[in-house]
Amino acid sequence: MGVETFPVLTTRRDAVIAWGQKNSLWPMPFGTACCAIEFMGVVSSVFDLARFGAELVRFSPRQADLLLVAGTVTFKQAPILKQIYEQMCEPKWVISMGVCASAGGFYNTYCTVQGIDQIIPVDVYISGCPPRPEAILQAVLKLQDKIDNPKAVPPAQFKAKEPSFDY
Amino acid sequence: METAILVEKLKARHPDAVLGSTDRYGTLEIQVDRNSIDRLVETLRADSELSFNMLVDLVSIDYSAYPGWTGDRFGLAYLLKSLALGHRLQLKVAVPEEEPVVPTLSHLFANANWLEREAFDQMGIRFTRHPNLKRLLNHHEFVGHPLRKDYPITRRQWLSANESLMDEMEVRLKEKGYE
Repeated sequence: MGVETFPVLTTRRDAVIAWGQKNSLWPMPFGTACCAIEFMGVVSSVFDLARFGAELVRFSPRQADLLLVAGTVTFKQAPILKQIYEQMCEPKWVISMGVCASAGGFYNTYCTVQGIDQIIPVDVYISGCPPRPEAILQAVLKLQDKIDNPKAVPPAQFKAKEPSFDY
Repeated sequence: METAILVEKLKARHPDAVLGSTDRYGTLEIQVDRNSIDRLVETLRADSELSFNMLVDLVSIDYSAYPGWTGDRFGLAYLLKSLALGHRLQLKVAVPEEEPVVPTLSHLFANANWLEREAFDQMGIRFTRHPNLKRLLNHHEFVGHPLRKDYPITRRQWLSANESLMDEMEVRLKEKGYE
């Protein structure tokens, strides 16, 4: 019996929900530095993040499910980032954009958090200072893979760290 | 105004305050006694022939790792400019480590308020009669002064809770006429 005569498709509920989630990520940019300017380039027409369903940029954490941390996070900023992450509804994902958010960058100083994974869990890291727009598209695709296969076990070196500082 | 005349004029007005003067890369530098900097700047600002009406910058210096330095540990450099007459002046103040206290200029220049807060935050120099001497760049739980040479550059300090800043807000609201 073909699809033409019996227009019903059976699947798993998880798979349908994951399909919906991965194709309509609503990003919230936590932009603190030049990476946030690069993010503007990704969402605008030339690179067009909308092709991957993540074009609806929200500036309220309560309406977003993808937190895009773009830029240097200082110790003064750290409780704010933690609070914004906690304000987001489940399910939520985090992309750490650029080397400053991922590892502190060249700010090896008294004032800069050496990677936001010390405070909040991170799903995808992007290298670069700032990253090319293609790298951000790649990160969104990687995140979509992750949402699609929630049970997939990443190789040990790519395992997400537990946050080391507890608020 | 000729720099020599300017120095003579200041010396006549404040004989105790002016300790010396040098030419620093084409800009006149006057070494000033720490406790009379506010009186001297008041004169520089009020006198119509001088009219230094702009505080360009306030720089704090830690000389503890300076080669061959024998003077006081800290220093402050006040960069002044006259918008009307176009001349510049640098005032240098030596600040001892045991008592890093200097009179404030915040009643003369509005931007001195934040510049002095920065010097207090980063270098630990205190300013007497400052209306709001608290940390500007580092968070309120920070211990120590990071631009001092003896502060380890990678000593990081977590902030447990964000400041509400309502005390700042209340001052602004009052300034704008809201209660």
